Amino acid sequence: MNMMSEAAVEKALDQKMSDVSHKMIGKDVSVYYGEKRALFDVNLNVRENTVTALIGPSGCGKSTFLRCLNRMNDTIENCRVTGKITLDTDDIYDPQIDVVELRARVGMVFQKPNPFPKSIYENIAYGPRIHGLARNKADMDQIVEASLQRAGLWTEVKDRLHESGTGLSGGQQQRLCIARAVAVSPEVILMDEPCSALDPIATAKVEELIHELRANYTIVIVTHSMQQAARVSQRTAMFHLGQLVEENDTDKMFTNPDDQRTQDYIMGRFG
Amino acid sequence: MSTSLILLIVALIGIVGYVAGARRAMALAGGLSSKLHSRPGYYGSFIALWAIVPALLILAVWLVASPIYINSSVRSGFPEEVKALSEAEQGLNFGMVSSLARGMNVLSLEEIERVGSNPAELRAALGAKGVPLAGEPQPFMVEAAGELNTMTALSRTAMTIVVLAASLAGALLAFRQIAPRFRARNRVEKVILASLVVASSIAILTTIGIVLSMLTEAGHFFARVPAWEFFFGTVWDPRFAAAGATDSEGQFGLIPLLLGTLYIGLVAMLVAVPVGLFSAIYMSEYASPKVRSIAKPLLEVLAGIPTIVYGFFALTVVGPFLRDLSSQVNGLLTGDYMNFIQAQSVLTAGFVMGIMLIPYVSSLSDDIITAVPRALCDGSLGLGATRSETVKRVTLPAALPGIVGAILMTASRAIGETMIVVLAAGVAARIQFDPFEPMTTVTVKIVSQLTGDLEFTSPQTLVAFALGITLFAITLCLNIYALYIVRKYREQYE
Repeated sequence: MNMMSEAAVEKALDQKMSDVSHKMIGKDVSVYYGEKRALFDVNLNVRENTVTALIGPSGCGKSTFLRCLNRMNDTIENCRVTGKITLDTDDIYDPQIDVVELRARVGMVFQKPNPFPKSIYENIAYGPRIHGLARNKADMDQIVEASLQRAGLWTEVKDRLHESGTGLSGGQQQRLCIARAVAVSPEVILMDEPCSALDPIATAKVEELIHELRANYTIVIVTHSMQQAARVSQRTAMFHLGQLVEENDTDKMFTNPDDQRTQDYIMGRFG
Repeated sequence: MSTSLILLIVALIGIVGYVAGARRAMALAGGLSSKLHSRPGYYGSFIALWAIVPALLILAVWLVASPIYINSSVRSGFPEEVKALSEAEQGLNFGMVSSLARGMNVLSLEEIERVGSNPAELRAALGAKGVPLAGEPQPFMVEAAGELNTMTALSRTAMTIVVLAASLAGALLAFRQIAPRFRARNRVEKVILASLVVASSIAILTTIGIVLSMLTEAGHFFARVPAWEFFFGTVWDPRFAAAGATDSEGQFGLIPLLLGTLYIGLVAMLVAVPVGLFSAIYMSEYASPKVRSIAKPLLEVLAGIPTIVYGFFALTVVGPFLRDLSSQVNGLLTGDYMNFIQAQSVLTAGFVMGIMLIPYVSSLSDDIITAVPRALCDGSLGLGATRSETVKRVTLPAALPGIVGAILMTASRAIGETMIVVLAAGVAARIQFDPFEPMTTVTVKIVSQLTGDLEFTSPQTLVAFALGITLFAITLCLNIYALYIVRKYREQYE
């Protein structure tokens, strides 16, 4: 009886563990820009196939944390990261790790749509070509079509794949950038305020897209819009002054947060 | 009154006007500058401008116009037989008159009375005072010189009165306009705008002037030598020895010079473009800020070295080195220590010119590469591209039009370069395609045609202007095309 109950407990724990399998684990992550410290010992885990929203006032370190996850901070002079971040089981700051390979696994979509000044087709084919994902032209065509379809852009652009990507509207450009990130089959997609430069209709389309992408990818999104965080994410993490204030289920976060500062920020009392 | 004294007085009127205007404006506003339309200084400047600008304009026009008028009226008083002479000889006569006039100002009144009637004595007296005369003055000249002096003095007095009156009148008129709601600031700023426009049009007008002067002289040349013989002639042989002789005109074929120019320019670009471009890529994409802050100015110092110094370098180091190297190589290969590279050669000049051009290519390309939006590079890096893949596939293609523009601008510098070529490639104008042999360029020939004591009417000299205008046309086209490309590229991102 006793044994049975122990087994039941273990089974329940297993169940719970598989429910919350963590794709990326950040442990004591601190970031310094030269002398200035931007992040203070952040412990934040990213769950698999979940949309995690990072919120907080400007300058709170949420974008900095996001950029740690695929080592984009490496491109900034004087930036130093301490602590440990793992992707599955790999320490991404291990000197053995190839940052190029890491970025192929952890893709990124930026605040401002930044399509390359090339054709739509070439924009999508860029990543797969670098990583040798396509054996021939037919393969590449297939990757391009699949990526554009995933990004919900295929029907809009299929007749003008060879026109310049910079000629699309802002919202289309941003979805093109998402398609471009999807094309290299990443496991995690990081989005840094992907809708801040878009109008409400384009924003709605991108949010819908994030919803659909969740089935196949783990997504971390930085946003300034509380409503957007509530709409698209399942987990929300609140940053303030370089510290992680609270991380919780989005529903709980927006109805009954544990921390007073989260409550204040969500109610619009500061930030 | 001397011109500088007039200027000083006008300036004083301006300063007094400034102070008075500012005071007056404050007084009208009852001491509250917030009641004025403009700050008090603008009222002062308004008066100062009215006091100075019209007076200076009148002064300038007077200084230019009055000698012309006086000259022509003195000349019209010359005897008929002098007027019948050629324009040049009349000029000589007038030159005598004006030296006489200058001399008579030096002499005291008694001296003039003593020698005035005797031309020979006059000449001696003037010589003693340090005013040499070219020949014996004729009586009509002495008379004309006196007339010249009287008119000049009269003109000067009139000018002094008119200019000072204009200055005072301007100041008074402006002073009377001052009222608290008077828009002095707008008026003053209009004047500032006008002076900016004048400054920028000076550069443009100068360019037009240069082109026109070259066109006129080139026109004289083409009147003597047919255009097709110049543009399509394959022999450059201006025949200095035969200058002035009517039977032999020399041959002025542009082709050997143009080929030399393009050939040396090509070699220079082959050196400058890869080196400059690679260093620009390193500077903008890889170098740490510390390295960049040291290396970039160092590289740009190269651009400040006078080209004649590069010429020394070519003449004393690079040329002999290449010559000795070629003889060693030849010796190792064939046993015959005969050098196959001349000390003065296309290769030497092109190589050294290439080194000179490196900073232009690298500095311009560096600016253009840095101007590519960072977001583009981030996008590529975020997809897992390496830095070199990003440079190759995103940054350079995006910057390419600008880089092409930079290269074209550099090419036009290569075409215009002279000193390096004189010292490093020689002055032999010939058509050949061996980079190890001497050749020469258009600019070198312009210099050699103009440095000699040939008269300015012979085709031997005038050809320099035809060469100049050709060169100007080539570099102008290159620059316009480069600007067009650069501008088109800018539109992509802004």
